[in-house]
Amino acid sequence: MAIYKLPYSDLNQLFAAIAANEKLYLPVDISEDEAAFRLWKEGDQMTKKLNTLRSAKDFFFPQVQPLAKFRRQGQTIEIMDDRTESEDFVIFGARACDVRSFDVLDRVFLEEPVDTQYQTRRQHSTVVSLACGRPGETCFCGSFGIDAAKAGGDVQAWHDGDNFYLEPLTDKGVKLIDSVSSLLTAGDQEAVDQVVEKIHTILARLPLAGLKPQDLRDKELETFNSPKWDELSSHCIGCGSCTFVCPTCQCFDIEDFKNGENVERYRCWDSCMYNEFTMMAAGTPRKTQKERFRQRFMHKLVYYPIKNDGMYSCVGCGRCLRKCPIQMNIVKVMKALEEEA
Amino acid sequence: MEQEALIPKLGVVTEIRRETPDVKTFRVVGVDGKKMFEHIPGQCAMLSIPGVGEGMFSITSSPTVEDYQEFSIKKCGCLTSWLHAMEPGQQICVRGPYGNGFPVEGEFRGKNLVFIAGGIGLAPLHSVINYCLAHRENYGHINVVYGSRSKDDLVDYQEILDSWQNAPDMDVFLTIDREQEGWDGHVGFVPNYVQEVGLDPTETAVICGPPVMIHFTLEGLKNLGFQEPQIFTTMEMRMKCGVGKCGRCNIGDKYVCKDGPVFSFDKLGELPPEY
Ligand SMILES: Cc1cc2nc3c(=O)[nH]c(=O)nc-3n(C[C@H](O)[C@H](O)[C@H](O)COP(=O)(O)OP(=O)(O)OC[C@H]3O[C@@H](n4cnc5c(N)ncnc54)[C@H](O)[C@@H]3O)c2cc1C
Ligand code: SF4
Ligand code: SF4
Ligand code: FES
Repeated sequence: MAIYKLPYSDLNQLFAAIAANEKLYLPVDISEDEAAFRLWKEGDQMTKKLNTLRSAKDFFFPQVQPLAKFRRQGQTIEIMDDRTESEDFVIFGARACDVRSFDVLDRVFLEEPVDTQYQTRRQHSTVVSLACGRPGETCFCGSFGIDAAKAGGDVQAWHDGDNFYLEPLTDKGVKLIDSVSSLLTAGDQEAVDQVVEKIHTILARLPLAGLKPQDLRDKELETFNSPKWDELSSHCIGCGSCTFVCPTCQCFDIEDFKNGENVERYRCWDSCMYNEFTMMAAGTPRKTQKERFRQRFMHKLVYYPIKNDGMYSCVGCGRCLRKCPIQMNIVKVMKALEEEA
Repeated sequence: MEQEALIPKLGVVTEIRRETPDVKTFRVVGVDGKKMFEHIPGQCAMLSIPGVGEGMFSITSSPTVEDYQEFSIKKCGCLTSWLHAMEPGQQICVRGPYGNGFPVEGEFRGKNLVFIAGGIGLAPLHSVINYCLAHRENYGHINVVYGSRSKDDLVDYQEILDSWQNAPDMDVFLTIDREQEGWDGHVGFVPNYVQEVGLDPTETAVICGPPVMIHFTLEGLKNLGFQEPQIFTTMEMRMKCGVGKCGRCNIGDKYVCKDGPVFSFDKLGELPPEY
């Protein structure tokens, strides 16, 4: 599709124009080391950091989400729907890995029966992605066929220091671009191609560039029974950090908060790394941290691909590489399983 | 927004029967007095009392019952104790039905069937047995082998005596674990009894009960010449959503709440042994 551009120095005008119509979320610095998506307000600058601490899944699958309210009196119960319809909003500057994570989550939450709260947020969102000018040493999105230089979404964007380039990819994207067209001029494909080429050069030199996932769909049992899991999991403390920062981890819990006769039922993130996750009256089928650790990686590299035509449920964002207190992560798992094959 | 699967509908418990010292059967209808949904034998539903808990339970009544659904529930924790303590007339939150159910209109059609249950394991089989009896012409001979700790722990004992034991082309074999006054039937464990009652290895078998009972019964059936594809069971894992999204009830790539709870042993054998 057509490419548009605006001078980098006009970026704040673009944000203001978008924010005049709908909510705009932008990754901004929250500390020296970390960035996070925040509702844009006048004066906010887009972060120069590579990616946000927490993933963009929060927009569609928030950490805590109300489901229903109940009132219990004697033998009667009243059920009140506590869901909220989403307003239109724009996520600006999502990276290619996070954009792909939406596809991964779609295959869970939009499969029948559709998760209505996820769906309303997806329907009301417009995703403007941003190519990664400087992909980092914990990045390996390329392992999963993701191109950090063409980040996808409803509009994909690049910048080359002087200009910001925008290419709408969907109807929603066209609509967004139309709404701010007075700020834009025609962009040149050549300039974009140069940015893309530069990024590809960096990607090829990354330490994890050669990492390729194996197709383990026919090896579900073999992989499960691999002796490697003992060693890989031996130091895992089951803190769950890797699952919470992960853009594709989607496990949740449903709990009631009781306040007299009023009860609020909500769902919240949960983690397969926790012992209670599968606990039943007769015990749990995942007795030690080894089984729980194995579950997380089997799900991403084997179970999910079996269900989804070979698509992996890891997008190579590298967040778990940075956040695990014992420096264990999916890259080490992939390498260990590969050694064995 | 459309109807959300995770938000329950309101039902009423109209009748509560004690089955055994720790199992009661609950009859549930919608607030309009009608059956809340249609189901397939072997399917389950989520029952909840807000602020107390939510849990998955097999639907024990047959789909052929037109007016209500029933659940046989063992007292074992917070929600189940609350349900055991409540009175009829109590409203209850219900969502479902969930799961695949038994292939009553598929592999089971035209077959001789044997149902083998231990304890509360009769709950999911109750629905399928009564369904087969209601469509008698579609199925061959029916055997039921059922055992519990004691006579008092046999679920649906009265119905078994009154209805199943007199049904044509059906044999019921009951057993209890230990000798007991007032019991002149068989004494012994289900897996052993299964070997003795003269089953024909061409029958299609369904096993449901505690994991050890399933394990040894399966071995027993294989000794008799049964093959894994003709033996079915229902699995139980921790559940929250019931719709294949919360990520906790999986065995390998299968979600028990959605792809199960009914599995044949050949299919189960292809999955990681994590249950
Ligand atoms: C597919 C399926 C069908 C079932 N059918 C029946 C049935 O027909 N009759 C029946 O009596 N029970 C059935 N159960 C078990 C029933 O769901 C649990 O016993 C119930 O949820 C426990 O709730 P509670 O609040 O009383 O226990 P809690 O107070 O929550 O906990 C008591 C213990 O039960 C465990 N527990 C919690 N949820 C479950 C669960 N879903 N499965 C197993 N253990 C759990 C807890 O970890 C704890 O150890 C079924 C479970 C599944 C998954
Ligand atoms: S497993 Fe790690 S690298 Fe892969 S998507 Fe999740 S957080 Fe990112
Ligand atoms: S972050 Fe590391 S230690 Fe914590 S649960 Fe994940 S793998 Fe285990
Ligand atoms: S109970 Fe949530 S996935 Fe099965």
